Amino acid sequence: MAQCQSTFDFRLYDFQTKNMKLTLKIWRQKNAAAEGKIVEYPIDHIEPDMSFLEMLDILNDELIMKGDEPVAFDHDCREGICGMCSLYINGEAHGPDRGVTTCQLHMRMFKDGDTIFIEPFRAKAFPVIKDLVVDRSSFDRIQHAGGFISVNTSGNTIDANTIPINKKDADTAFDSAACIGCGACVASCKNSSAMLFVAAKVSQYALLPQGRIEATDRVLNMVSQMDAEGFGNCTNTGACEVECPKGISLENIARMNREYMSASLKG
Amino acid sequence: MAKSALLKSSIAKKVAMALSGLFLMLFLAQHFFINMTSVFSSDTFNSISHFMGNNPLVQFVIQPILIVGVVFHFIMGFVLDFKNRSARPIAYAKNNGAANSSWASRNMIISGSVILAFLALHFYDFWVPEMVYKYVDVSPLDETRYFHELVAKFESPVRTGLYILSFVLLAVHLNHGFSSSFQSVGFNNKYSKGLKNFGLGFAYVVPFGFIFIALFHHFNH
Repeated sequence: MAQCQSTFDFRLYDFQTKNMKLTLKIWRQKNAAAEGKIVEYPIDHIEPDMSFLEMLDILNDELIMKGDEPVAFDHDCREGICGMCSLYINGEAHGPDRGVTTCQLHMRMFKDGDTIFIEPFRAKAFPVIKDLVVDRSSFDRIQHAGGFISVNTSGNTIDANTIPINKKDADTAFDSAACIGCGACVASCKNSSAMLFVAAKVSQYALLPQGRIEATDRVLNMVSQMDAEGFGNCTNTGACEVECPKGISLENIARMNREYMSASLKG
Repeated sequence: MAKSALLKSSIAKKVAMALSGLFLMLFLAQHFFINMTSVFSSDTFNSISHFMGNNPLVQFVIQPILIVGVVFHFIMGFVLDFKNRSARPIAYAKNNGAANSSWASRNMIISGSVILAFLALHFYDFWVPEMVYKYVDVSPLDETRYFHELVAKFESPVRTGLYILSFVLLAVHLNHGFSSSFQSVGFNNKYSKGLKNFGLGFAYVVPFGFIFIALFHHFNH
């Protein structure tokens, strides 16, 4: 897994500062068909210990009190595990911290007086629905194309642990399975490539005996669906690996490339 | 899987791009070693150049393969770049690419375009006159002409400067291209770090070696 570490330097942080004043530049777009634009919002009384989404909650409270339309943004668990929150913050997916989703990004990563750009994840395959909310169902369709194993669940299911798997493969498969499908890889990639996501899903199964049975069809179908969705091509910049909140490694993409070429020769 | 689907797939294009890049790097390495002999011995350079210019296998098999490789690499580069740009129709208002990737990796199309322009100049300087000499004018074989032709080209400070600029961009291109090629063909394991370091060495030694050769002939003849 890629090394995840915070870039925050606690020595530079003034812990006495409890009132951050910020300027937010947020992408506002009424609906999928409307033209969008960046709108500026000054915001005050932001505490460093707040999460980024709490800061947006406060902004929305203020907008509602003023009778304005609140900013639409995706969120769900707010624990960094569901992959629902997104946001391109100051030019990076999930903001400037490493190994975290936006819900786990805290305002202490910013300084009093900062201007923060908040934009939706940008990709043709992730169309904007409203404001900062994008449609990531292209990921679902890629999953449906092969991101599963077929198991008989009609009462005679065999316990997975009856098949011995060496520790290294099990750990590597688990690292791949850590992908939460948030789409930060697509948002960060200059080509809007989804290869890190697809590679994680392909690898997760390719490394385990349960997944080998459908491995050929899986990689061919998932890559075919990925291409059909209009994602760009990987040029190995490595941006996805750096910005991935779950530390999914580029090794997965190399493995998918091997799987794909081998499956193409068989298929 | 239908062959047409394979050819259209993003991964097949990526692998083809990587393989053509690896092939061109091999060519670059042999070109570098041949040119380097010009610094030490004009006779050695002349005899190797004469062999390369007149051996039927090199002329009629390897040279066409090389030209196809070059043309494929740059056409595919432009095709992929166009497709990749169209995958994000609306750009970010603020994008901090430097936070997660190198300039070289994000701008292969720029370094590649400069190298392509250089290749046009290089063909005009050496390949076209060579073809005219051998196949249009059908001039007599002369094993001693190559060194003088090389030296004559580097008399001009403008041409020498253009060559140096192109080699710097070649270093930038190889800086990402070498390790990227191996990643694309699925090579990512415990040897990758060593391979990446070797690639970085290759990316600097070969282009800066070419710069040394250009400057050597510019100032010594």
